[in-house]
Amino acid sequence: MDMQKIAKEIRGLTLRCVASVGQGHLGGSMSIVDVLTVLYYKQMNVDVKNPKMIARDRLVLSKGHAGPALYATLCHKGYISLEELLTLNKFKTNLPSHCDMNKTPGIDMTTGSLGQGISCAVGMAIASKLAKDQAYIYCIIGDGESQEGQVWEASMYASQKQLDNFILFLDNNNMQIDNYTSKINSLINPKLKWESFGFFVQSIDGNNIEEIDQAITKAKQNKGCPSMIILNTIKGKGVSFIEEAGVSNHSMPITTEQLAKALEELK
Amino acid sequence: MEFRQALEKTLEKLMEEDQKICILDADLSKPNGTAPLYQKFPDRCFDVGIQEANMIGVAAGLAAYGFKPIALSFAPFATRRVCDQIAVSVSYAKQNVKIIGTDPGITAELNGGTHMSFEDIAVLRSIPDMTIYDAVDANQLAQALPQIMAYEKCVYIRMPRKLSYSVFDDQYQFKLFKADVITKGNDITLLASGIMVYEALKAVQILQEANISVELISVNTIKPLDEETILQSVKKTNHVVTCENHNVIGGLYSAVCELLSSKYPVKVDAIGIKDRFGQVGKYDDLLKEYQLTKDDICQAVKNNLNK
Repeated sequence: MDMQKIAKEIRGLTLRCVASVGQGHLGGSMSIVDVLTVLYYKQMNVDVKNPKMIARDRLVLSKGHAGPALYATLCHKGYISLEELLTLNKFKTNLPSHCDMNKTPGIDMTTGSLGQGISCAVGMAIASKLAKDQAYIYCIIGDGESQEGQVWEASMYASQKQLDNFILFLDNNNMQIDNYTSKINSLINPKLKWESFGFFVQSIDGNNIEEIDQAITKAKQNKGCPSMIILNTIKGKGVSFIEEAGVSNHSMPITTEQLAKALEELK
Repeated sequence: MEFRQALEKTLEKLMEEDQKICILDADLSKPNGTAPLYQKFPDRCFDVGIQEANMIGVAAGLAAYGFKPIALSFAPFATRRVCDQIAVSVSYAKQNVKIIGTDPGITAELNGGTHMSFEDIAVLRSIPDMTIYDAVDANQLAQALPQIMAYEKCVYIRMPRKLSYSVFDDQYQFKLFKADVITKGNDITLLASGIMVYEALKAVQILQEANISVELISVNTIKPLDEETILQSVKKTNHVVTCENHNVIGGLYSAVCELLSSKYPVKVDAIGIKDRFGQVGKYDDLLKEYQLTKDDICQAVKNNLNK
């Protein structure tokens, strides 16, 4: 399986999804496409024919505004049709800008109010241990999101409960709406922070498929504590005009012409 | 029996019967009476420490997995502190989480203003699909809990910890979402919730001696209101006073006014906290300070009747 190729296709679908409504959270969606590719095409135990399968692995996209990237991944995987993918934020759509578990097949938790998803994921990891179902619970938080105190509450408790079935990703793209994260309220050293919270921490190139795959495999082998994989990413990764927009790419417009050009660039 | 004793005994029975029920505390298992459950059900009791926001999120995650979590804290910390977590991770996400807020309103007593929630009902009442139950006595609470656990949506249970008076006898049968007509009467409808039912009952006895016939109704769920029982009574009496251990803004008085203004407009007077903060004090002193005593209720009834 050529995951590089799949990641490019998912990037293309993400762009088409956002372009269908003309504007959206492009930056933080594009930065996590590689981890979503590895999760859904290699590491996660999920069944597209049975999205609610008992004992499936689950993903909580705590940075719920990156929904378009997850919708694109679910579309590529076959959970939702291409036609539906292009209904983002349309009135009565099943694909709202922020993830909704009651609307979209394959979405495991409703998220969007930052800091909350990670707690829900911790609850699921506890539930999986209670159910003894051997599932892994994955959660993606943002670096900006980590300014929320609840992220640290949840991290403390995941460690306290020794949740080695809990694998947390930090999309460390150093940007948020108002400016660079380091200029607003910096995490300074996320590796040290999560290590001091009792996590097994790996810091990798978050846009490198192989590194992500290896890190997840290593995290699964880790026992007795939760894992943090710091994904050092580029916000807007894969398309030059989005990357170049920098901080402005958090939510930005995309025209039909820009889409065509971007899809060409992804070939 | 104290409310919290009824809570612990009932939860013990429910947890024995249903392996899906989990308890979550935020460092208040001892004051709230759930601590003994940790010995009996160590796998299904979680003390997250002093982090209420995370507690609600963890509860939502457990619920998303099919478990039936109950999260407890003092009323202000179980509601206003975690309002967004309840709104998004629980209610909007349609997760079956039960929330228990203890020592609501003046029952916080010596914990004072920071811990004295006069706004917990108001905060949660505007969240869609939320049920709000204000427990009247330990007997009722023990009957309510199994019905609430069988109802698969979010319910906020508001209960004092230590009070031990009785309003309902052994014959009483609680029915979720139904109000209870405690005394029948023709002159005025007295709508009371939570601890104020006990105070209102004392007032009814005094008013009887003054030949005022009071229909006292215990409004057990402030949301949803038992509209049928309330309207039936008000159409008969045409006079209404509400009694609540909560701010009159956003609580029972507001809910009743919202109902009656559209379905049967009459003048409604309120016994309750008149938009003030809490303070330290013993129960009886606080009843007086916030004009919640039986005498205050009697006066409000007489004023409403122009007597």
